[in-house]
Amino acid sequence: MTNMLQVEGLNVSFPSRDGPVRVVRDVTFTLGRERLGIVGESGSGKSQTGRAILGLTPASATVTADKLSFDGIDLRHASAKTWRSLRGPRMSMIMQDPKYSLNPVMTVGRQIVEAYRRRGDATRTDARNRAVAMLEAVQIRDPERVFEAYPHELSGGMGQRAMIAMMLIAEPDLLIADEVTSALDVTVQLDVLRILDGLVRDRGMGLIFISHDLRLVSSFCDRVLVMYAGRVVEEIAARDLHSAQHPYTQGLLNCLPQIDGDSGPLQTLTRDPAWLA
Amino acid sequence: MSVSPANTGGRWRALPTYGLKAGKLIATVAVTFLGLLVVTFLIGRVVPVDPVLAVVGDRASKSTYDAAYIALGLDKPLYHQFFIYLKQALSGDLGTSVLTKKPIIEDIARVFPATLELATAGIILGTLFGVPLGVWGAVRQGKLPDQVIRVVGLVGYSAPIFWLGLLGLLVFYAKLQWVAGPGRIDISYEYTVTQTTGLLLIDTAMQGQWDAFRNVLAHLALPAVLLGYFSMAYISRMTRSFMLAELGQEYIIAARVKGVPEWRIIWVHALRNAAVPLVTVIALSYAGLLEGSVLTETVFAWPGLGQYLTNSLQNADMNAVLGGTLVIGIIFVGLNLLSDLLYTVLDPRVRRRT
Ligand SMILES: Nc1ncnc2c1ncn2[C@@H]1O[C@H](COP(=O)(O)OP(=O)(O)OP(=O)(O)O)[C@@H](O)[C@H]1O
Ligand SMILES: [Mg+2]
Repeated sequence: MTNMLQVEGLNVSFPSRDGPVRVVRDVTFTLGRERLGIVGESGSGKSQTGRAILGLTPASATVTADKLSFDGIDLRHASAKTWRSLRGPRMSMIMQDPKYSLNPVMTVGRQIVEAYRRRGDATRTDARNRAVAMLEAVQIRDPERVFEAYPHELSGGMGQRAMIAMMLIAEPDLLIADEVTSALDVTVQLDVLRILDGLVRDRGMGLIFISHDLRLVSSFCDRVLVMYAGRVVEEIAARDLHSAQHPYTQGLLNCLPQIDGDSGPLQTLTRDPAWLA
Repeated sequence: MSVSPANTGGRWRALPTYGLKAGKLIATVAVTFLGLLVVTFLIGRVVPVDPVLAVVGDRASKSTYDAAYIALGLDKPLYHQFFIYLKQALSGDLGTSVLTKKPIIEDIARVFPATLELATAGIILGTLFGVPLGVWGAVRQGKLPDQVIRVVGLVGYSAPIFWLGLLGLLVFYAKLQWVAGPGRIDISYEYTVTQTTGLLLIDTAMQGQWDAFRNVLAHLALPAVLLGYFSMAYISRMTRSFMLAELGQEYIIAARVKGVPEWRIIWVHALRNAAVPLVTVIALSYAGLLEGSVLTETVFAWPGLGQYLTNSLQNADMNAVLGGTLVIGIIFVGLNLLSDLLYTVLDPRVRRRT
């Protein structure tokens, strides 16, 4: 399997009153045309890892990496022009919070069309038709109406699907999906996963699937990175997740309520500072 | 663009909402206007200027004085007096000026266009330069352009306008002869131009008097640039802070993820959002200029509302002062309404809510 993305020793730190806070620490992994899951508790640095790969870390933060390359292009020293050619049609990210990630004064349709037109000079009607079709593909029942709607007129789940449609329409080679299914009900969730799966299988897209949902990740992804406090504490094949070695991963697994298991009290997660050593 | 049936339906359903909004609007205007009249009325009663003397002069006999006193309704209770005042004001009668012996309305109609022309030129210049400079400052936050814009704005903020005005006249009029001197138009043109709108640029252009047009422009240039500079200082500062707030939003990151070019992110995505509060800022600056900047009008011998009001105030011409105050109040209310209206046009979140 060819590695389209190589990340080695990625660090992101934010300045604070008590010195820099390292929110991503020495993260190393590679990604081919596969589904890589990233799990970890809230604040463990999953989103910041994704943003660093796209070069969209806030200006206040410092990013360092021993290696950060996409398709042979060194992203650490990429020019604005290079980034412009990459973002959108080559690499993209479905953002975590659709409520704030959609421009409030632009119709949903215009925002999707804007993403599509980055691929080349599509005509207005062509772009519109594609956008409506894309909305339909993510199971929006009334795509024409949603196309004309403003973001505040959509429900959380509709916003999330509009976001998904917007980022998928350019058909990127690398997609970072940040908590894409959290606001969706199970049937829609399955449809979205099916679309992502299809893109990986048929178009050879590389997918980084960020999620809280350990069960979902273990069944949907090929490999899983487990993050804790900015560090990757374990990398494991998804199907072996149940036999994970690291105490943090085991802790996360034990915290999952079992439907068929005994109904004893849920385990609380214990943490050990030594994991960060 | 084709309109989907669902959408048309939405617009139809929104109709009663618009009716309600219009009703609310009219009520707001009526209440504000009434409040304004109460205030000007009360000021008129409180100031130690005898309205009777203003009419009859201070050499009038006791009987003349008493007759005028009754004619003005001053023997009636206060609420009755207010009612008379209200009726007169609504029919456009704001009394007569002691100074010019003309109806106040006529005076204001004569001086206001001068202020309107100057203020409009000023706000156009201020917006045209202030918004792009503010955007530039926000994009280059902390860098050299930002600092330069800040300093230039600060000077515009703090330099006394009469000082800048006199300096400007000295350099650009007396020394360089690039612009014309004080006044709105040269005397030689004053009687060839018929004042229809009172806005000399428009009047001369409509009459095809291009020499006079150029002359008006030469007179207008310096004071307009000066007022433009002052509003530019304020507008650019506000634009900068609105833009900084917008550029830090998540939807900007999302646009970057999509690969939207930077100019589009700045001028379309961020500015479109920053424009919402900016409209109010510009409208209020405009209202401030329309009040007639007294110092500018004095330095440039500009026969506008500011000068008229100062003159009236110095001569205790109360009817004129109150009439002018009323006009300024109406301008503020009108511009506030206009900015509210633009606000709804620019922000879909307000537009579709009742
Ligand atoms: N702009 C910022 N300034 C300072 N700290 C930040 C900033 N953005 C994120 N962080 C910090 O970085 C850490 C990692 O954040 P990140 O968003 O990557 O978490 P996450 O794993 O995606 O969490 P979640 O599952 O809740 O989305 C957090 O501790 C957060 O407080
Ligand atoms: Mg996150």
